[in-house]
Amino acid sequence: MRNLRLLTIGGYISYRAMFGWLNPYLYSLTVLLPSLTQLAFFVYLGRASHVANDSYYVAGNALLAAATPSLFGMAQTIAGERYSQTLALLVVSPANRTAVFLGRALPATANGILTSIWTFAIAAVLFQIAVPTRALLPLALAIVATSFSCVGLGLFNASLGLRWRETGVLGNLFLYLLLMFAGVNVPLDRLPSWLSTLSQGIPVTHGAKAARELVAGASFGHVVWLIAAEALVGAIYAAVGIVALRLFELEARRGATLEVA
Amino acid sequence: MRTRARRLGGVLLLGLRVHFKMLSRSPFDLWVVVASPLIFATLAHFLFADDRGQKMLVAALASGVMGIWSSTTASGAGALQMQRRLGVLELLVASPMPFWSVLLPISVAISAIGIYSLAVGLVYVRLFFGIAITIHSWAAFAVAVPATIGAIGSLGFLFASALVRFRSASMVGNLFEWPVWMLCGLLIPVSVLPGWLQPVSWVFAPTWGMAALRNATLGTGHPWADIGMCAALAAVYLVAGALSLRLFLDAARARATLSLAS
Repeated sequence: MRNLRLLTIGGYISYRAMFGWLNPYLYSLTVLLPSLTQLAFFVYLGRASHVANDSYYVAGNALLAAATPSLFGMAQTIAGERYSQTLALLVVSPANRTAVFLGRALPATANGILTSIWTFAIAAVLFQIAVPTRALLPLALAIVATSFSCVGLGLFNASLGLRWRETGVLGNLFLYLLLMFAGVNVPLDRLPSWLSTLSQGIPVTHGAKAARELVAGASFGHVVWLIAAEALVGAIYAAVGIVALRLFELEARRGATLEVA
Repeated sequence: MRTRARRLGGVLLLGLRVHFKMLSRSPFDLWVVVASPLIFATLAHFLFADDRGQKMLVAALASGVMGIWSSTTASGAGALQMQRRLGVLELLVASPMPFWSVLLPISVAISAIGIYSLAVGLVYVRLFFGIAITIHSWAAFAVAVPATIGAIGSLGFLFASALVRFRSASMVGNLFEWPVWMLCGLLIPVSVLPGWLQPVSWVFAPTWGMAALRNATLGTGHPWADIGMCAALAAVYLVAGALSLRLFLDAARARATLSLAS
């Protein structure tokens, strides 16, 4: 029961506290609008390069929109604690670490889902992308799976925050890697084969492909394995992130280097 | 009068030097300016694979200008907030030198570390993609680089001045990153954009800076005219920024809210 409370209420309160500056007005300016302008940039870049049509860029980048709040939101779970000088208190608390960090991952996932749906809906109107009605529910599922996998990567990013102070740099690095190699802006067949193979193991690749196929008229049965693969990638990153958090915490305690990072 | 001008010049130069050195040692700021050319030149390589050569050279320049702009939005808009966080904002405002002479070198230094961005972009495409770096007019290119940096830095100064009352100024500043990358003819030709959007790009310095660098490199258009536009826009940004700064500072002093922010 205590862990459940930590997971839900604790996660919600902690996540809100990490963004003390955030209000609906700033949320729109810093999360919702940039996700749209980023998508528009790639749609026009796609038009300039004649590599793929608008639908390709809208579907992929709308799903990728979940990555920004996930990566930076999760990184803040460590960086924010350090900034407010409460990281040491968190580390000495008897609270279950998995419950604490998964609890913080839940609002990040919800945030990613909301951002992704918003981006998809507005971009579909702006760039006149028709989404078949029967694709809406599977598309929502693809968005949920992609947001989850981005948060998985975000958890790993958060764990690195115990070793390196510059979580903003790490978050940007991961985001840029997704922009380039998740098949969202550069079709995978244009990448070298080894890079294309590596792309299968990063978040967004399978979810974006599922979204593109759904928009093109594919049935749920056709994309269910892509959505499952996306969720699996997310689960692996989340597991690695939780383990890394624990390991880095133990190492920091042993070497008394928690605040040295 | 001459002594005052000399002092002002000294403050501007010293501020520029100190902040340039400080920023050159910040992992985050260096990352911002180094990552942009690597990422966007790589993207251009994969997207424009069928049309190499001049297009990749222009992409390298564009990704460098993107880095300058990225640095300006990431750090420039929040430059005042940083002084507030360090606890020196009141001291700087109360100092005998006009406050704009303190803020301007910070803003220009933030853009000036974008010089790394240009260098990394050009070296990267030369080493990894074998693109020959041929500059048609070195004189125009050599003037275009500081003109672009100065104009974008002045725009950063305007942002910092306008956002002085926002506690989350740096977050709001990020809002302008992608739109300017899209509008200013960097990787995306302005002709691809809808007609009504194209005139919007004219008010942003990166448009003219990029045009100057591209034309000086390829020997097309009128690079000196583009450099002139950079200088004209920089003057407009500086005047608007100084006025905005004065307005906000007067209000903050009257209400004793300088250390507070909405």
